[in-house]
Amino acid sequence: MNNIFEFLTSPAVYQFIRGPLVWVSFLTFIGGNSYKFLSMLSLARKDKVVFPYISLKYSLRSILHWIVPFASTNWRKRPGMTIITFSFHICLLATPVFLIAHNALLKESWNFRFWTIPETIADILTVVVILCAFIFLIRRLVVPEVKFVTFGADYIILSLAVFPFITGFLAYHQMLFNYELMVTLHIVAGEIMLIAIPFTRLNHMLYFWFTRAYTGSEFGAVRHTRDY
Amino acid sequence: MDETAKKLTPEQIEGVIRRVLEKESAGRLKTYVETCIHCGLCSEACHYYLAYKRDPSYAPVAKVRQTLWDMIRRKYHVDAESVKMYARIAYAECNICKRCSMYCPFGIDMAYLMTVVRRICGLLGVVPQYLQDQGNSHMYTYSQAWVAQDDWVDTVLWLEDELRMDIRNGRIPFDKEGAEVMYSPHSLEAKFKTNLLANIAKIMNVADVDWTMPSCDGWDSTNQAMHIGDYETMGMVERMHFEAAMRLKVKKIMTSECGHSFRAAVYDGSRWLGWREPPITYLQPTQFFYELIRDGKLRIVRKIEGPVTVQDPCSIVRNRGMGEMLRYIVRATCEEFRDVTPRLEHNYCCTAGSGVINYGPPWKFIRMDGGRIKIRQLQATGAKIVIAPCHSCHKTIEELIHYYHADMHVMFISDLLVQTMEIPEALRVDGEQQQK
Repeated sequence: MNNIFEFLTSPAVYQFIRGPLVWVSFLTFIGGNSYKFLSMLSLARKDKVVFPYISLKYSLRSILHWIVPFASTNWRKRPGMTIITFSFHICLLATPVFLIAHNALLKESWNFRFWTIPETIADILTVVVILCAFIFLIRRLVVPEVKFVTFGADYIILSLAVFPFITGFLAYHQMLFNYELMVTLHIVAGEIMLIAIPFTRLNHMLYFWFTRAYTGSEFGAVRHTRDY
Repeated sequence: MDETAKKLTPEQIEGVIRRVLEKESAGRLKTYVETCIHCGLCSEACHYYLAYKRDPSYAPVAKVRQTLWDMIRRKYHVDAESVKMYARIAYAECNICKRCSMYCPFGIDMAYLMTVVRRICGLLGVVPQYLQDQGNSHMYTYSQAWVAQDDWVDTVLWLEDELRMDIRNGRIPFDKEGAEVMYSPHSLEAKFKTNLLANIAKIMNVADVDWTMPSCDGWDSTNQAMHIGDYETMGMVERMHFEAAMRLKVKKIMTSECGHSFRAAVYDGSRWLGWREPPITYLQPTQFFYELIRDGKLRIVRKIEGPVTVQDPCSIVRNRGMGEMLRYIVRATCEEFRDVTPRLEHNYCCTAGSGVINYGPPWKFIRMDGGRIKIRQLQATGAKIVIAPCHSCHKTIEELIHYYHADMHVMFISDLLVQTMEIPEALRVDGEQQQK
């Protein structure tokens, strides 16, 4: 066990996961998503009934009603779930992008950085992500209609999304293992998540916009009704 | 279904599933399957789920899990028993009402996914017997209810005779070239619901509409082949229907007060034939009657007494936004209108939609149990009359009323209009006498 710890904290491993593996994961993320996007477009063209009905106006109307909390009927009917879902997704996207430590790395590598949020806030957002994920987990185990459609893969993708946050939180607070090891695990977890996005149902981050656009167009432009 | 399932071979099943999922389906199927995050937020959209006391197996996503995901996970190697289960779910436990796609955060069209399952079962012949029989009727007689062309012509001729008892010199003009509207009835209107065809004839004569009906095949607007998933027959039926209208050079087609025939012509049928929208303006009576009243072509001189509510048929309200037109007509013709909750596009399906009404006695109780939500919703309004401009809604709500001993009855819009419209002096048979 100690050997594994030593190996993971060795400079060679650190260099590898900080260097080439970052490139690999970002390129896989971008390349994979581009591939998914293009193959979706070509399959949608094959479907014949998608493109003739797409309308920009109704696509945007539909997307807007579903990315704003409580703007659609179902979000209003389930206030608890709405708050949890939105908190989870907003914190999950915002925390890594605006984290001081990540931006310091960006600055160091490319001399470029985004706005940053104070570390305490980032810490709270991280806890929010972890708590929401925990609720999602409990939901999968307890709520009958969710349990009925839950497979092993659902737990895996939830773990993929939340592990970078758990390891990041532990590293920041120097808990569980020593800092070097936690950071290594954190980076690897983040990279695995990026690589996994295009190839798992995590790519709902990409598909969301298009499934909504199509449904919004069908309902708005063709069927003259609302889908929210 | 049991008998056909016995004859299926594993190769047949795999072949059909492969053909439908890999050749006939493309972007939507793949994207939906890869996007669904299994969150269960669609559950409460489904009236079956609510009626069956929140049984998780009736949630929309659960129906996809038990059918499409099952086929995909088992790499299409499924047995005949599973196909029977898929058929039960897709044909009887889903009305293709699309309410769930309004509740899915991704807008996944689960109704479409269920039509894919119906297509697979339809190609394998594992179809509720009564529905298959009506599909066969479309193939043999070009009508849903085994009404051949000679029966059709004969029916219309005696209906025209009877019309003249109510309307002076009333006409049901066959094959009038260049007419404004071609009325295309439901098959049953030529069989045992002829009173509805008579209603239409009265309204057309009173509103002085330039209308016609084809005496040749293509007169029937129904399309049960669509429900089976037999798209080849569905396409043939719609093509025949459009061609009848083209031959007569009419400007518009109007279907009967029916939901599925409108859906078949405007969506499924047209798209299968390669049309983005129907090649000829296609009307449903709700829109047509609304325009007649709005434009003053039909004068309403009486009002129906007592509280009245409406049923929003999925095919024309959630799928064509005619909810407000329906309410306009009801307000114009009834003294007291009480709206339903949820209303308009959020309304619950009557549990008879997409062919479920046609499966006959063997499948009646799934409608009666599933319709619990519908009847409670209607009872909550306290109305005594339900206006349902759709044959399926009409029939099943009437059955629900008997089954649940509710104190109400169902009417079509045309029933409302013939009771409330003014018949001009010139068209009255016995003058004032007839008005009573």
